[in-house]
Amino acid sequence: MMGPASSLIRSGNPQGAKPCERFLLSPTAWGQLPAALQQETELALLGLWADAAQVHACFLHEPSAEAVLASTPAAGWNYAALSPARPGAVRFERMILELWGHHAEGAVDLRPWLDHGRWNLRHPLAAKPIPFAGEAPQPEFLPVEGEGIHQIPVGPIHAGVIEPGHFRFSVQGEVVVRLEQRLGYTHKGALSLMLGTSPRAAVRYAARLSGDTTVAHSWAFSAAVEAALGVTPPPRALHLRALMLELERIHNHLNDWGFVCNDAAFAFPHARCGFLREGVLRAIAAAFGHRLMMDRVLPGGVAPDIAPRGAEAILAALDAVEAEIPSLMQIYEAHASLQDRVVTTGYLRPDLACAFAAGGHVGRASGRGFDARRLPQSQPYPTLRFDVPVLEAGDVDARVRIRVLELGQSIALVRQILASLPSGELMAPLPVRAGEGVAMIEGFRGECLHWISLDDGGLIRALFPRDPSWLQWPLLEAAIEDNIVADFQLCNKSFNCSYSGVDL
Amino acid sequence: MLWPKLARALFAKPLTDNAPLVPRETIQALGERLAATSRARLGRSLAIREVDSGSCNGCELEVNALQNVAYDLERFGLRFVASPKHADVLLVTGPACLNMREALERALASTPEPRWVVAAGDCAVDGGVFKGSYAVENGIAAVLPVDLLIPGCPPTPAQLLEGLLSLLETESAKK
Repeated sequence: MMGPASSLIRSGNPQGAKPCERFLLSPTAWGQLPAALQQETELALLGLWADAAQVHACFLHEPSAEAVLASTPAAGWNYAALSPARPGAVRFERMILELWGHHAEGAVDLRPWLDHGRWNLRHPLAAKPIPFAGEAPQPEFLPVEGEGIHQIPVGPIHAGVIEPGHFRFSVQGEVVVRLEQRLGYTHKGALSLMLGTSPRAAVRYAARLSGDTTVAHSWAFSAAVEAALGVTPPPRALHLRALMLELERIHNHLNDWGFVCNDAAFAFPHARCGFLREGVLRAIAAAFGHRLMMDRVLPGGVAPDIAPRGAEAILAALDAVEAEIPSLMQIYEAHASLQDRVVTTGYLRPDLACAFAAGGHVGRASGRGFDARRLPQSQPYPTLRFDVPVLEAGDVDARVRIRVLELGQSIALVRQILASLPSGELMAPLPVRAGEGVAMIEGFRGECLHWISLDDGGLIRALFPRDPSWLQWPLLEAAIEDNIVADFQLCNKSFNCSYSGVDL
Repeated sequence: MLWPKLARALFAKPLTDNAPLVPRETIQALGERLAATSRARLGRSLAIREVDSGSCNGCELEVNALQNVAYDLERFGLRFVASPKHADVLLVTGPACLNMREALERALASTPEPRWVVAAGDCAVDGGVFKGSYAVENGIAAVLPVDLLIPGCPPTPAQLLEGLLSLLETESAKK
């Protein structure tokens, strides 16, 4: 049965996006959307973005896992805000105002986000950007009231080897009353460089949206292009993509498991995870010629093929990982000093995880089990056997446990893929024509959602790559509340959101 | 059980790789550049502050890998520190994002002399694929005085190590 928001969206004019339809709504119909969304809570907002003329939203009907897109013309640069009905829309609306100049009427928050007043233009993706030459304004933070509250500003340069961003803690004694993030420091203008180029040229930007998710983003971008053009990559290419995607998940999960322990000053698992991960990365380099597998997934397929001895190297490295997981887990569980730091720390309420449609380990540690690999169009996953672990505890420990459980699943998936690797071509030719496509690929953080619209010359007319971190960063602000400042690193590392992925 | 683990650790081969050889050309080129300045010798020890000026985090993954037991950076006297105030080297990754310009300038101002700036990764070298964007000033050299370039997208830990060791070698060769 369709809820009021779904019916409202489907009453719009279909625009021919593949494989999920995009419906164009009149500004009046879009204006009714926030109220309809409030009545249909199972329709999750996955992303909100724009092009020079329209604003686009992607929704997921949670029970059926069906996605649908809705758009509205930004008439007179205005459109009705969705943030009163979907809290995840807030940061998207701030970004849309800065990058395209469309104003969300009735928005919860429209303070600057990516634009720190340091570029020499405003609205860089609008039809006509406005030149800008002025002082960068001081950032405004939300007020916090109460006795004895003080602020701790952190960043943009952090103490560890991590990406830049600013965290503003309002603290009472040792307890965090509010955390507010200010990101945008790594804004590189990637979208402006991708527009007007061919998908083959633009995929290198998708590969560098977030380096740790290079395979997932390259695949999601390529899959959106392939959907737009009606191209199916050869079976061998799809299997190799899945192989690389699981290897990416394995090396990142190992990394973060080690770092969470390290942030609780427990160095041994960090050292072991780092060494096992190094073995995986070296095997990946032997198999694919690049330690992080950058630029291996291309629209149409993959290049180059796996090296002749690559499969053996990968299997050997994964055997070593698998052999050590039980003893590492036993050490993780047996040390009270470590358990004391991770259990009940950074609790994320399941209702919040659902309200923001949090994907990946953040959602799955708080009861939301969506995994894009379960979608019927996610070839080759429907032919493979794997479980999607889901826990309810919602704390740092649960997010770590999801990672460790997924490690085991991914290792089993790699073995299945290598055992059933089809032979044949690696690339399908791409026709030059117009089209519109959308795709979701499950990276290690959650689903990477890419939407692309190509013009008759096959060049990119509009696009948006949505990293899963968009919907996870705001939840970190919620998870840290009432925890002590010293536990922030643990909470942060257990989320491990991407800065570059949301800074664009 | 602790004892079997200890025994294994005592008799097993070390996990750490052998040190890489640093190409002579790199040392010579650096030596000439550094000889032109009057920088004091720091001995065989450098404290490094990593600064991300807007990378995609690929470089951060490899800089972090440099600290794992396979590379064991600290055996060379190289270590990462938490503040530019404790650093001899600023290791900068990513293109010079305009939103990071002030933070970079402040990091440099907080780093005591003598100091080196190393631009690591293709983005830091010349902006990489992000060259020409409205939001970046291409390479790090647009904001900071760069002493050493380590190209690569991202540079591997071995390449990073080679670059950092060349700084040490150059310094001890000047004696």
